[in-house]
Amino acid sequence: MAVHEPTPVRRITLSVLVENRAGVLSHVTGLFSARGFNIDSLAVGETEDPTLSRITLVLHGDEKTLEQIKKQLNKLIDVIKIQDLTEEDFIDRELMLVKVRHSPELKERLPVLLSQHSLKVLEENPKVVAFECTESSQNAEKLFGIFKELGIVEIARTGTVALSKKAGAEGE
Amino acid sequence: MAKMTGAQAVVEAFVKERVEHVFGLPGGACLPLFDRLYDAPFKVVLVRHEQGAVHMAEGYARSTGRPGVVVVTSGPGATNTVTGLADAYMDSIPLVVITGQVKTHLIGNDAFQEADTTGITRPITKYNYLVRDVRELPRILKEAFYIATHGRPGPVLIDFPSDVSLAEVDFHYPETANIRGFKPTMQGHPGQIKKAAKLIAESKRPVVYTGGGVIIANAAPELKEFAEKINAPCTNTLMGLGGVPGSHPLFLGMLGMHGTVYANKAVHECDCLIAVGARFDDRVTGDIKKFAPKAKVIHIDVDPSAISKNVKVDVPIVGDVKEVLRELNKIVKAADTGDWLEQIAHWRKESPLRYKDDPVSVRPQYAIGKLSEIFGPDAVVTTDVGQHQMWAAQYYVLNGPNQFLTSGGLGTMGYGFPAAVGAQLAHPDKPVVCITGDGSFQMNIQEMSTAVVWKLPVKIAIINNNYLGMVRQWQEIFYKHRYSSSYMEGNPDFVKLAEAYGAVGIRVTEKKDVEKAIEWSKTITDRPCVLDFVVTEEENVFPMIPSGQSIEQMMDMA
Repeated sequence: MAVHEPTPVRRITLSVLVENRAGVLSHVTGLFSARGFNIDSLAVGETEDPTLSRITLVLHGDEKTLEQIKKQLNKLIDVIKIQDLTEEDFIDRELMLVKVRHSPELKERLPVLLSQHSLKVLEENPKVVAFECTESSQNAEKLFGIFKELGIVEIARTGTVALSKKAGAEGE
Repeated sequence: MAKMTGAQAVVEAFVKERVEHVFGLPGGACLPLFDRLYDAPFKVVLVRHEQGAVHMAEGYARSTGRPGVVVVTSGPGATNTVTGLADAYMDSIPLVVITGQVKTHLIGNDAFQEADTTGITRPITKYNYLVRDVRELPRILKEAFYIATHGRPGPVLIDFPSDVSLAEVDFHYPETANIRGFKPTMQGHPGQIKKAAKLIAESKRPVVYTGGGVIIANAAPELKEFAEKINAPCTNTLMGLGGVPGSHPLFLGMLGMHGTVYANKAVHECDCLIAVGARFDDRVTGDIKKFAPKAKVIHIDVDPSAISKNVKVDVPIVGDVKEVLRELNKIVKAADTGDWLEQIAHWRKESPLRYKDDPVSVRPQYAIGKLSEIFGPDAVVTTDVGQHQMWAAQYYVLNGPNQFLTSGGLGTMGYGFPAAVGAQLAHPDKPVVCITGDGSFQMNIQEMSTAVVWKLPVKIAIINNNYLGMVRQWQEIFYKHRYSSSYMEGNPDFVKLAEAYGAVGIRVTEKKDVEKAIEWSKTITDRPCVLDFVVTEEENVFPMIPSGQSIEQMMDMA
C-alpha cells in the first residue's frame, strides 16, 4: 500500500455554489478551521437565483490536501456544486481600495502605474492618495507589492471573484 | 392540511417517522413541546442528564438501525448534549436532536438559558437548523430525518425557539426530502467494481478489512457471502465487530493497536487489502507507512471523503457498501488462497489471544469470557472506553451486526451504560450487557434511575480494577510506572449504590464465584443488575502496538 507522497504546494481557485441561507458561510469557514486548511481569500455574493450564493475560494495546499478540501466541501449539505476553475480557463478579478502615502516617488511613478494598471484615483489630499484598482488576482498581488513599497496607509481587499470562461452557466 | 402549533407539528412528524421512543429532559424553552409529548402516542424516556439521553438514543439507533430521537431544553440542556453529538458524529449514528431555544426576539441577547446551539454544534453534527419561521418546520423535520439516515448517517440538530413552538402552522408533512446539495452516491461504479474483481482474482494473499460501514449499511450477509466466495480471511475494526460472525473460521478478530497478532500479521503480509466501510483510522494503522506495505488497496465507502484521506487507494469505489458487495458477489471468483489460509492458521496457533489466568483472583479476560459464554452470542453488548472495552472486543464472541455498541471514534467514557438502556428499551427480550469500568460507569451512573423506572434488566458488568486502567497501562509502559491521577481513590460501594437506586448488585472477588454471579444476574428480570468484578489491578491489554508504531513493535503477553 502506498501512502501519500508529499507533492508541491499549488494554488487553486474554486467556485462554489451554495444555498443562500443564514449560517452557510460559517459551515464553510468552520470546515477550514476544523480541518486545518488554509484559505487565501474568500468572497461571497448572491447570484441571479436569489436562493443561491456563489463563493469564490482561493486556497493552497498539496494534492492530498486540495483533494480533501474539495471532498469535504462537497460533503456539506449546503454546498450544491463545486468547480475547480484552475482546471479550465477562467477570469478572475479582485477589487482593492488603498490609501497610499503621498511622496515624491509616488508622484513620479503615478503616470506609469495609471497607464499600466486598471487603477483610478478616488481621493487625493496632501497626505494620501486613495486608489481603486480592479485586477486579476495575479496583477493585484503585483500592485499590492508596489503599494507596499510606496507606503500603504490603509487597504481593503475584496478577495478574488472568478467565473469560468465557458459559455453556459456553470460551464455546462 | 390541519392547523396546529409548532410543538404539535413535531409530535406529528415523529408519528409519521414511526418514532417509538424519545429520550429527553424538559426545561423552560421546551415546555410547549413537552406539553405535547405528555399524551403523544410514543414513549418518552425521562433521563437524569442530557448526555445520557443522547447515548441512549445512540444505543437505540445502533441496535435497531433506526434513528434515535432526543428532546432537551435550551442553554445547558443543549450544551450537555455536545459530547453525545460528537460521539454520534464520529461513529456515524443517525440521530435527530431537538433543542429548545429562547424566543426568537431574544436570540443574541444573552437571555436566560440561551446558548448559540447551532454555532456550538456545527462541527459535530451532520447538519443543524435554527427554526425561525414555523412554516419551515415541516420541511426541516422531514429533512432532518432524511439527512440523519441517508448516505453516511449522523446526528442532525434542530434548534427550536419556544415562540416558534407555540406559533400556528398548516401542517403538511412532505413525503420525501429533496435537498439539492445532498445526493449520496449509492451505486458503485461498474468499471471500478470490475477492476476490484480482477485485482481480487489475481491476488494470492487477500485480506478483507471491514468497519462500522458494514453494520450501518446492513451488509453483514453480503459481506459473509463475499468473504466465503473469495475464501479470504476477514478482520474487523472495533466499530465493525459483528460484521462477520465471531465464530466464523475466516474471522481473524479485531486488527490494530489491540488486535490479534494473526490479524495484524495477515494485514502486514497481504497482497490485496479490501477495505469495506472502514476509514484507516490511526488506531487501526499505527505507522501508516508500515501498514499493509505489500498490498494493493480496494476501498469501498459511501463517503467519498473517507477515500484516500489517510492512504493512497488503488481501486476506490464510492457507494453503499451493501449495493457494491452485491454487485461484486455477482462477478468475483474464488482466489486460490489455500496456502495463505494455512499460513494464517499457523500464526493463529503460534500466537493466539491469551492471558495468564489465576486460580484465585478474577482476571478481567476470564470474567468477560464467562459473560460471553453465559449470555451467548446473540446478546447486545455495550462497552465504555478503556481496557475493558478492548477486552470485550477481544473476548466477547458475537454472532451478528448491531450487537456490539461501543464508542469507537470519540472514545467517550460514559457511553456504555446509557447506550445499554437505549438498546434494552428497543429489545426488551434480549440480554443486554454493559461491560464497563469503575471509571467509565461513574460518568453516567445517574441513569440508574432511568433504568430502574423502566424496569430494565440491563446487566452492568464492572471490570473494577480501581484505576483508570488504560491510562494506568500507558503510564506503566511509557511513563515509568508514574500513576499520575489514574488511581480511583474513593470509588463507591457499587453494590450499595445499585441498591440505593432500587437496583440490585453483587460483588465478585474470587474466580470461583464469577459463573455463579452471572447465572444469578440472569434471574433478575425487572431491574438493572450490577456485577462488580473486583479484578487484578495491574492487568494489561495485550497484544499492543504502541501508538504510531507498526507490527514490528508489537508487544504480546510476557
